[in-house]
Order: sequence, then C-alpha cells, then structure tokens
Amino acid sequence: MLKATIKSLLGRKLRLLMSTFAIVLGVAFVGGSLIFSDTLGRSFTALFASTVGDVVVRPADGNTNGGPSTVAIPASVVDDLEDTPGAARVDGHVTAIGVYVVDKDNKVVGGQGPPAIGGNYSDAPAGHGLPGLTLVEGRAPEGPDEVVFDAKTAQRSGYFIGEKVHIVTASDQALITPTLVGILGFPEGGSLNGATFAAFDTPRAQQLFLDGKDAYTDIWVTADDGVSQDELRGAVAERLPADLEAVTGDKAADDAATDLLEAISFLRTFLLIFAAISLVVGAFLIVNTFSILVAQRSRELALLRALGASKRQVTRSVLVEALLVGLVGSTLGLGLGVLLAMGIRALFANFGLDLTGQPLVFGPRTILACYVVGVLVTMAAAWLPARRTARIAPVQALRDDIALPETSIHRRLLLGVVGILVGAAAMAAGLFTDVPRGGYVLGLGTLLVLLGVTAVSPVISRPFLGAVQAAYRRVFGTVGNLAGQNALRNPRRTTATASALMIGLALAGTMAILGDSAKASVDQAIEENFVGDYVVSSVFGEPFSPSIATEMAQVDGVDRVVRQRWAQAERDGDFFGIAAIEPADAEFLGIRILDGKLSDFKDGSVLVDEKWAGDEGLEVGDTYTVDKTPKGRLTLTVAGIYADNPVIFFDTVTTMQTLKDQGYPGSDNALVIDAGPDTVGLKNRLGAVVADLPIVTVKDQAEFADEQRAPIDQLVLMIFALLGLALVIAVLGIVNTLALSVIERTREVGLLRAIGLSRRQLRLMITLESVVIAVLGALLGVVLGICFGIAMMYAVRDEGLEVISLPWGQLGVFLAASVVVGVLAAVFPARRAGRLDVLRAIATE
Amino acid sequence: MTNAAARVIGLTKTYGSGEARIVALDDVTLDLAEREFTAVMGPSGSGKSTLMHCCAALDTADKGSVFIGDEDLTQLKDKALTRLRRDQIGFVFQSYNLVPTLTAQENIVLPLAIAGRKPDPDWYDAVIATVGLGDRLSHKPNELSGGQQQRVAVARALVSRPRIVFADEPTGNLDSRSGAEVLDLLRSSVSDHGQTVVMVTHDPVAASHTDRVVFLADGRIVEEMRDPDRDGVLEIMTRMTAATEGS
Repeated sequence: MLKATIKSLLGRKLRLLMSTFAIVLGVAFVGGSLIFSDTLGRSFTALFASTVGDVVVRPADGNTNGGPSTVAIPASVVDDLEDTPGAARVDGHVTAIGVYVVDKDNKVVGGQGPPAIGGNYSDAPAGHGLPGLTLVEGRAPEGPDEVVFDAKTAQRSGYFIGEKVHIVTASDQALITPTLVGILGFPEGGSLNGATFAAFDTPRAQQLFLDGKDAYTDIWVTADDGVSQDELRGAVAERLPADLEAVTGDKAADDAATDLLEAISFLRTFLLIFAAISLVVGAFLIVNTFSILVAQRSRELALLRALGASKRQVTRSVLVEALLVGLVGSTLGLGLGVLLAMGIRALFANFGLDLTGQPLVFGPRTILACYVVGVLVTMAAAWLPARRTARIAPVQALRDDIALPETSIHRRLLLGVVGILVGAAAMAAGLFTDVPRGGYVLGLGTLLVLLGVTAVSPVISRPFLGAVQAAYRRVFGTVGNLAGQNALRNPRRTTATASALMIGLALAGTMAILGDSAKASVDQAIEENFVGDYVVSSVFGEPFSPSIATEMAQVDGVDRVVRQRWAQAERDGDFFGIAAIEPADAEFLGIRILDGKLSDFKDGSVLVDEKWAGDEGLEVGDTYTVDKTPKGRLTLTVAGIYADNPVIFFDTVTTMQTLKDQGYPGSDNALVIDAGPDTVGLKNRLGAVVADLPIVTVKDQAEFADEQRAPIDQLVLMIFALLGLALVIAVLGIVNTLALSVIERTREVGLLRAIGLSRRQLRLMITLESVVIAVLGALLGVVLGICFGIAMMYAVRDEGLEVISLPWGQLGVFLAASVVVGVLAAVFPARRAGRLDVLRAIATE
Repeated sequence: MTNAAARVIGLTKTYGSGEARIVALDDVTLDLAEREFTAVMGPSGSGKSTLMHCCAALDTADKGSVFIGDEDLTQLKDKALTRLRRDQIGFVFQSYNLVPTLTAQENIVLPLAIAGRKPDPDWYDAVIATVGLGDRLSHKPNELSGGQQQRVAVARALVSRPRIVFADEPTGNLDSRSGAEVLDLLRSSVSDHGQTVVMVTHDPVAASHTDRVVFLADGRIVEEMRDPDRDGVLEIMTRMTAATEGS
C-alpha cells in the first residue's frame, strides 16, 4: 500500500510541488523568525557577556533596564574595594546614553533603535577574562579634548585618528568637538550590534555625564585567578554600603540580555503571527489541493477498494501522501526560512540593529518546530478530504464518471453561520471586555469568523458568481460564458481558492483602516490642541541638552520656551512614563483641571489624566507611588485630575524638579516655542541654534503632524510588506487550483481546441476564471477587513483614536490589485493549457 | 469520381524508434469524396484512428500531405489549423465530449459562438429538427441519455456546415437502438443535406450505413467496398483477421 502511495506521489511531482508551496512559506516564516530571534539572543548574550566585569557594583533598587540616571557611586568606594580578597583590580566606569556621533555630512551615526553610548575609557577586562572592548588602534584618550570610538562607529562616521569629530550629548554641553585618538574593538570578533560608543578619559566623562562629581555609574571588580565570580561577589558585598549592591557578571549580563530581549520580543510575536496567518492560508490550500487530487483519483481509489483494500487503508494512503508532502514542504520551508532570516537581518540592519557580523543560529528547537508545524498542518488539512475517500464504494471503479461524496451544503452553511457567530462573539469579548488573554481570544475569534465565512461563501458568493458570468457573457461572448460557468461549476473549490486571498486582504484591509484612522486621529488631536508656534524635539525621541532651550529663549521674537521632560519608571512591575513640566507652564500647555487646584501642583505632587485616575481609582489628595526610579521608591501626592490632553504624552505629570531630585538627568524631551507678534524669519533663527545638532529639529504644526504620522506609515508599510507574502501564497493557491482544474478538464480543453477554440481564446478563458476567483476573494476580504477595522477602532476609541476613517482609495487599490493578481495567477495554468496536445487531450480517459 | 472533400497523398507516420518502431501509416493515398459517407475499418492497431486524426488536423504525419479542399494541412501553423478545424471540420467522438457546463443548445452552437458567428437560421432549424431533441435542448449534458448526448454532438459537428465531418467510433458507447439513431442522423446529413462524413468504426452494422468502406491493415489500405452490406463487410474482416494471424 505504501509503495502504491509513493508511486502515485511521484507520478504527480508537479502537483506535489505546487501543493507544498503554501506549507513551505508558512514553515519558512516559523523557521525564519526562530532563527532570527535565536541569532538575536545569542549575539546580545555574547555582547553583554563582554560588557560586564566579574563582579559589578551598582546602586541598589536603581531603575532597571539601564535607563538614564545621575545616581552615582562615589570614587571612594573604588579605594575601599581595592584590597578585597580575591580581587585583582577594581575599575570605576561612567556610562551615559544619548551621546551621538555626527559624521562629516552632519548626519547622526545610528540613532534609531540601538543606544548611542558615551562613557569613560577603561582597560578593565570583562568577566571570565574576556578581553572586552580594547584598544585596537591609536592610544587611550587623555585630557578634555580626546575621544576614542568603537571600530564600527569610526567606520560608519568616516572619521580617522587625528581628526576632530562632532559629538552631540544630552548634557549641558550640547556639542563637543574632541580629537579622535584611538579605536576600540573586540579582539575576538563581534560588534556592538549597531550601538555606538564614544569614550573619554575618566575626568572628562565625569564632567560631561555626572556634573563633574568624582564618581562612577558602576564599578567592575576583576577576580584573581582561581577565584569564582560568586566568591568574589560575596567578598565585595561585605564591604559595600547599604545603597549599593554587588552582582556577578554572569547575572548582570543575563539581566541585561533578558531585559533587552524582552523589550524586543514583540518582534518574534509579530513574525509568528504572520507564520500563523500563512499556515492558516496554507492549510486552506492543502484542503483544496487534496480535495482535487482525491477527486481526480477517486477511480483509482475505488479500484484499490475493489481489489480488497480496506477503507482505512485507502484513507491512510492519502494521509501518508500528506505526511510526505508535509515532510518535503517542511524541509524546503526550513531552507527558505534561513533565507528569510537573512532577509530580516538585512532589514534590521537598515533600522540600526546591525547583526550582519553574526552567524545565524540554527537551533534544534527551530528544526523540530518547523517539522512539527509543517507536518501537523498538512496532515490536519488533508484529513478532511482523506476522510471522504472512505465513502468511495468499490463498485464506483466500474462506473464511468464518479463524483466524490461531499458534505451537504446545508450542514456546511449551518456550521459556517455558527462559526461566524461564535467567532464574532469571541472577537467582541477580546475587544470590549477584560477576559484573560484577550489577544488570543481575539485571534481565535478572527480565525473562526474567517473559517465561517469560508464555509458559507459557496452559498453567499453564488449571486456574485452568477452576476460575473452574465457580465462575462455580455462582454466576452462564449469564451466569457465558459469562464463564468467554470467558476460556478464547483463553487466550493472557487471559494476555497478565493479564501486565501480573502484572509490576506481582510487583514490588510483591517490594517489600512487602523493606520488611516490613527493618522486622522493624530491630525485631529494636533489641530485641536497644538499650542505655541513651534515644537522642538529629537528625531529619535531621545532627550537632548537643556542648553538648547536656554539658547532659544534668547532668540529674537521668542516669547516663551516651555520644556517637557519624560522619565521612565516602574510601577507594579510595568514600565511606564512620567511627564514633567514647570508648574508655571501648565496653563499654557492647555492642561484643564477637572478636580483639584493647579496652585497645589508643586514639587512632590502629580497631576493625573482623568482616564488613568478612573482606572486606578485615584482622587485628589491620594498618594501615588512609583516603585522604581533611579533613587528607588517615589511617593507623590495627587494635586489634580486633568482632562485628556494629547500634548501631554503620558498619564501623569509631575514637576521637573521632582524628577531631578529623583536622580533623572536634566535633559529635555520636547520644547514648545511661543513666538511674539513678529515671526518673520524666526524659524530660520531657531534652526540656526540647532544647525550643528542634527538630532534636534524645529517644526511648525504641519511638520510636527507629519513627524507624528511617519511612524504609523512605517508600521503600516511593514505590515503590508509581510501581508504581501500572504498574498503571494494566495496567488500560488490560485495558480495551483487552476493548474489542477486544467489537468482535470484536460478532455474538455482538448475538445474546445478541437472544435476551433484558439490558444488565445483558451488563455482568455482561464484568465477570466482566475480573475473571478481573485476578485471574489478580494471583495470578501475587503468587506471583512472593513468590519474588523471598524470593530477594532471602536475598541480603542477611548485611547485617543477617536476618528474612524476608511481609506477608500487604498481599499479600491486592493480590489484593482486583485484583478492583476488574477491575471498573473492565470499565466502559468493558461500556458500549460495552451500547450496541451489536442489529440492527447481528447484521448485522455 | 466526384470532387474530393479531403485528399491524402503518400501519408506516412511512425511512432517510437529502433526496436520499438511502429509504422502506423505506411504511404497511404486516399480520396474522400464530397457528399459521401465513408467508413474506415480495420483491426486494432491498423492505423485507422491515426489516419483520421491526421485528416482532421489533430495530428501531424512524418511524410506526405493532407488536403482539406485546396489547403495542405502539413503546411499550416497552429493558428491556421485552429481556424481550419473551426470552420471546415466537424467532430464526433466516441465519448460525446460535450461541455458539461453548457446546455445542449449552447453545446450545439459552440463552434459558431467561438468563431463569433451566428448560425444560418434555416440550416440551424434543419439540424435541430433532425437531431430531434425537442424540449430537452435547454438541458445540461448530464441530464441527457448517452444517445441524446451523441445526437447533440452530431448536431454540433454539423451546425457550422463544415466541409467534412469526422466521427470516431460514434456508436462505440451506445446500445444498438441509440446507435442506429445516430447512424441515421449521419446518413441523412449526407443524403438529405449533402454533407461529407468519414467514420472510423469496427462495427459491421455501422459500416453498412455508409456508401463506401475502406479497410486498413498495418498502416496500408488493403481493400475497399462500395455500397457495403453487413455480411460483405463481415466477410472481408474475417478474411483480414485470418490473413493477419497467418502472417
């Protein structure tokens, strides 16, 4: 029996290959995302391992995640630790972020994503005797006017040793121009994964980043030979004051890597969602392909039954075929996954996360996941058609034409409607209520709705197919009529094929609506609430030097400069942001107090957004506790509750002094400039202030709106690119079904050719059929996309996205594109049909 | 002799090569007269189907030429061949080969519809009348009996008034009564409407409906019979079988 199965598979190599395409792509997504995230994980683990000492001393209870902090360890601690038993050496380090290297064309090196780090130069070895970043060229920096870069940064910026370089910092000195005297590198290979590093000598680093205090942000203690990290840590900890802690390098590296990987874990989730989408689409195609294959072979299967094969043997033979298809598909998918991982790596290098030096990590987990997913999905999908083969009676081998038994259309309709209703309910629950794991409920609901629509679509699409047939007949005559009839001939097959496109476009439509609505909301919010005349902010959303505001206040025509600062803190285990302003600016920024008094807004107090106050049950006079800041726990008093205000990006506002006292650096995040009556040339004068500081830009209302919209556009574009791949699967699905249909209808095609249908007419017929399938899928998809999109916008309408905007143009483009998709998908099957030898086509039994 | 609707000159066709070489047609020369009903007979593998396929522009020969009217098929490219099949040749197949999505009537006018022409109303009425399907014209093929389907196929072959109609075992799948109806239909199209029909068959009864029977063996024309009757045909066939077995 197995031999017969393999023989029959090999006899259908092309069909086998085509039906695996979808699985190949789905598995490639799974493999690609796992390989990429493993590579990411290993490269960061390796990076962090060489950026910690054997034991690291740092402030206890400090802000985690390496956020900016001015809390420092006095230099005397280094002296106290010098004679710790087992310690070979003790080195103090100064580290700060927001230290940008600007290249010769006044462009920032890196900037997006990975941090721009500044600090002091140290030749301390990393943990376990790893060399860490060491001088590979030139010499160490000495004095206030010298700096060294890591090799990649030096290369990207184009600076050579001996040249003056431009560095922008968030400290009081916005721009410094030291001389590059050396290059740092990892002697054993590796890179900073896109981060930039500029190191000064210790006094200069302390002056720039610690207000000139003789102190450090952390201390490395290097172990003597034979002393373990744990032993040394114990010895060090005994000598530390209570506000400092000692951790082993292993733990510090692990913490840092875990934090970072957690912060970018959304990437993997994102890619796996697309893997799921392609696998669902792939499963549809497998069901379709196997249904057709089984139908074509029903005679052969009936013969096997007549020769004494049991029902189970026949069913099993189909499942074994699916198993082989799944294995082949998984293997190819794994290969494609490697290419995909390389593609993602190249894409991320563009966004600054530079892993190009890292070899791809190919873990056993990846291989296992790919095979399990590929084989399971294929077998599960093939199970439906395989089950039907059991109903083929042996006697059918003797009959001339034989139809595979189908489930009744009524049952299907019923199942479909139930699926849609249950799915819609689950979606509503996921969107509007607080069910646990709402994301999964939403995803499952969406899947159910899609499956339900697929189940009912043979019925609901009949009027559409009928109308298309009538239209085709009118426009294209007999050829059009034939094409329309073909699409109507097996509505299940037509709609199952269309459903792949439907799923892709439903999601694309949803995203288009979300993106468009988000942009419209941004526009509306800015229009209603933009205060002042200009906004000054960092293009990377990072803090910048407070000296900019001071200078701008001196510019002719400026009435007022309002500073905003944002700080990251932790509360109940979640990161969140706090905004800070000068109390005197609250009114100017349009903060409307609903409860409490603005005059109570003083240092040590906080203003809370009305919605946040509602969620947290906060009232005026309550205590508001922040668990983690650079100086540990922070307790604030609620001074007032304000109406939702889009100019304030966070739900809580405190005073700038409060943040500063808590150890946050004194850098600004955004400035609002209020101009006097004479604004002629003001923007140019403001621009001149930041001309040498390319991380900061001056924007009027329109430019500010553009900048706010840009990330939405980017996100939508990225999602579209990935959905494009889902569409590729859909196209392959149409190609597959059409090609199989052509094979199935070989005799008919032969007959039409024999009685005078020209090749061109034949190609037109198949193209028209393909276009109906594509347009049907697109139409269903766009309608579903609109429903999903509107539902989601309703769900998030409380979160500042009040406007629901339908991008009709974009949706129209989707529909138009589906016609192109249909035409393209028909190319191969039509060529194949055109090449059929007329005589052989007729002779085929 | 009357004018020839089709003329075959020195037609040779072989399949395979070396040991497995099979000569399907061996220098066959044959005139198929207008307004005549010709049967081509012969044992399996005698080359009768190949001969018909070559005449009908479905297959190409190695050597020799085939004329339909004045046109030499061996000189034509696919486009011209397609047009020729559409306009000058009609087909009837053993297994009907109707388009399942179209009604009987749509199937009948299909060759004209493909060509973008309207049927000649008088001729169309005559064809429909002889087919005798009556109210079943709007039915799909799977709602018709085998005999009815084959009559539709004959009507389809006739509707464009082709120069010549080829029928490949048209009664092979039918019971004797349905078969007789189809043969009567072909007969009357020749006698009453002046069509030219060539039929491949191995049924002596079917052959007895024709004006002329051509016998093929091993790719050659070995015998010919005018105004055949069942017994005469049977006799020749028996003789041929014996000769084949004797050789």
